[in-house]
Amino acid sequence: MADQPTATERFIQGILPENPVLRQLLGLCPALAVTANMKSALTMTGAVLFVLFCANVITSLIRNLLKPHLRIVVFTLTIATFVTIADRFLAAYLYQMSKTLGPYIPLIIVNCIIICRCEVCASKQSVFVAGADAIGQSIGFGLAISAIAAVREILGTGNFFDIPVLPAAWPDWVVMVLPPGAFLTFGLLIGLVNWYETVRAQRPVREVLEPAQSEGA
Amino acid sequence: MSYLIDIILIALGAALINNFVLHYFVGICPFVGVSRRIDMAFGMGCAVTFVITIAAFISWAITTFVLVPGAPLSRWIAGFFVPAETAAGIDLTILSYIVYILAISSSVQFVEMYVRKFYPPLYKSFGVYLPLITTNCAILFACLTIMSNIVGVDDPSAAWDLGRSLILAIFGGVGFTIAIVIMAGIREELDLCDVPEPFKGAGITMIVSGIMALAFMGFTGVDSGLKKALTAEKPSAAARIEEHPAEAIIAAQKTTMPTAEQSHP
Repeated sequence: MADQPTATERFIQGILPENPVLRQLLGLCPALAVTANMKSALTMTGAVLFVLFCANVITSLIRNLLKPHLRIVVFTLTIATFVTIADRFLAAYLYQMSKTLGPYIPLIIVNCIIICRCEVCASKQSVFVAGADAIGQSIGFGLAISAIAAVREILGTGNFFDIPVLPAAWPDWVVMVLPPGAFLTFGLLIGLVNWYETVRAQRPVREVLEPAQSEGA
Repeated sequence: MSYLIDIILIALGAALINNFVLHYFVGICPFVGVSRRIDMAFGMGCAVTFVITIAAFISWAITTFVLVPGAPLSRWIAGFFVPAETAAGIDLTILSYIVYILAISSSVQFVEMYVRKFYPPLYKSFGVYLPLITTNCAILFACLTIMSNIVGVDDPSAAWDLGRSLILAIFGGVGFTIAIVIMAGIREELDLCDVPEPFKGAGITMIVSGIMALAFMGFTGVDSGLKKALTAEKPSAAARIEEHPAEAIIAAQKTTMPTAEQSHP
């Protein structure tokens, strides 16, 4: 408790070392459900960024007034308020997208990422740190779901942001834009990240022992 | 009769065709977290089914009596403060998310206390999961589906009644239980397998769920086929004879073994 991470540390940790989706396995519903194409993934990231930032800032401002046994209720109500704002905003300005995302915008309320950040960071630290943490975590979330969405959209439709990138002869792997593709892509991505972490953790030892071999690894 | 068909289709859709976990991706957290052993997975599934049913009942009542434009309760209360025409048009659907999440979490709290007091054995078997599933997406998802079928429909008589809502909730929970128990069974076997190190845990679980989702995609179209088989009886057969006599005769011969063939022309 004595030395909490600073704003910069919080920001950087959110992007990869404590990536909410890939490392902490939080917020899996949107990560799997809205990643059929890049546009919906980015809209979702925007909504999460808005809700997480506002919820973190508000929680941080009222952190000294919070009673421990009521805090979860307060977090949930704060989040629900901002999710309603985001949902109404999307319905007004991006109607088509709001139809596509459907129930997954309201489901941000029960997205574990946001409650987790309110609990871990915002209810203990100052507004500035909480804001930086929210932005870092949202960028991490956005990167993770964009990675999944890019793979699924390119393999599933041959497009990227609706622009054709693969030759027309590409047989669209329709299964990638359907639910099974989400699970498969996400499973492989988790495996890839874990493998990268183990390789990176081993590398310094190998370089001391056999510097030549670390190139091949 | 058509009500019964509706119920059957909703039940099948929620449990198998559009399985909550494998099609809508809600409730993934317990699906990954509590699927190590079959008995635990089954307990979790039962607890979710129980809570989802209660939440569906509450959210149906709130939506119908308070939130929709011209709902009886909100109109009656507002009638004390504003003229009757204004009161009839009061639309509280914007509050739905806040109201639902409050209703869900408080009802789970009450259910937990009640079960602990009056049914200690039941509390021992799944009480530990109850607080965990307060923030389970599956619960809120069921409430939102019910809401969209009450608020979103153009024809007020097509809005879901309590029966449809409860059927959706119960069979959604059953579908969740089916998925998580199958997953737990596979994971018990996976412990004995030589899984590559980086994929241990969540990675292999996701890939296995992908394969399960592929299997569940086999149910796609069952609902439309069943609907055709149940509703397309004598009147439509007569209509078919008028349009395509030759096809209708072949179809008439096939009616002794109906269902799936009709969806594959």
